[in-house]
Amino acid sequence: MAKVAIKKTSEIRAEYYRPNSFPTIWCPGCGIGNVVASMVRAIDTVGLKHDDTVVVTGIGCSGIIYNYLNFDAYHGIHGRAIPVAVGLKLANPRLNVIVPMGDGDSSAIGGNHLIHAARRNIDITAIVVNNSTYGNTGGQFSPLTPTGSITTTSPFGNIENSFDLCELAKGAGATYVARGATYYSRQMIDLIANGIRHKGFSLIEVISQCPVQYGRRNKLPTAVDLLKWQKENTVSVTRAKTMSPEELKGKFIIGELVNIEAPDQEYTARYERLIEKARSGGKS
Amino acid sequence: MPVKVCAVTIDQAVCKQCGICVAFCPKDVLVADKEGQVEVAYLEECSGCLMCELLCPELAINVDIAE
Repeated sequence: MAKVAIKKTSEIRAEYYRPNSFPTIWCPGCGIGNVVASMVRAIDTVGLKHDDTVVVTGIGCSGIIYNYLNFDAYHGIHGRAIPVAVGLKLANPRLNVIVPMGDGDSSAIGGNHLIHAARRNIDITAIVVNNSTYGNTGGQFSPLTPTGSITTTSPFGNIENSFDLCELAKGAGATYVARGATYYSRQMIDLIANGIRHKGFSLIEVISQCPVQYGRRNKLPTAVDLLKWQKENTVSVTRAKTMSPEELKGKFIIGELVNIEAPDQEYTARYERLIEKARSGGKS
Repeated sequence: MPVKVCAVTIDQAVCKQCGICVAFCPKDVLVADKEGQVEVAYLEECSGCLMCELLCPELAINVDIAE
């Protein structure tokens, strides 16, 4: 991977954030700020133009992301960020559509939309901020909350198994799947930048920290504790190959998990060909 | 090649005192006082790794490195 040239934070703030964005509404130490900063740095690295870029968000803590950015944006309804993004991309394939969502938004109420967007392989970039909880509504468990975690709706420990969202997207047909963590910010910038460059559906799951609603109920009360937890519980793709399934239990594999280059199989490209076929009377 | 760091500036109006920068600075350049306010205590130790700048969720830190 090419080393990311780091632009100064003051320049990033001036160029991509709306005036008076800071301090943001998020709690102290919240990882969403990290994800947004990495997303913006990735957009800067790829060199997307403001006029050709749309940010679509859903509901929840991560739904507010659009509010701070200098891009045209759509604040969708809960779980429906992806359908809006798909519509935007189909109507104007020239646009770069970036969809930051929360774990509840993308895997619970919007889970169905996620798998179908992956199946269609439409060229949008979905970024899932996985903070393991529904932070905005009071810390209930989500489909990505690890088993055994204490939340407001599982005071004796979560008995449900959690989704492996990356495996789900892979199985559904996504052609770019990666997992990052807020602690590894340089890698996260790389992964998001590659996801934006990729022609086809890209999913980047980012392990993030929610100290207020998740961490303090699970003996990780500060953002620092949660970032240290990330350090201890993530393994790189290369290292994971040398580890046994027992050793990998409870660990998160970070890095590029799927990258299939097939630009002609992308949905809008297929749709263009269909339009041409229909125009020529179904002959070509 | 060692880099020359001229300044580490913290936007105090924006800082939420979450403590990430203080905890993860590998050279312990940053120090928090009793109220949690972060100060640049040992600038001469700074290696310019940008850990604090990149980990700050509020984009409140700027590390200026001389070219």
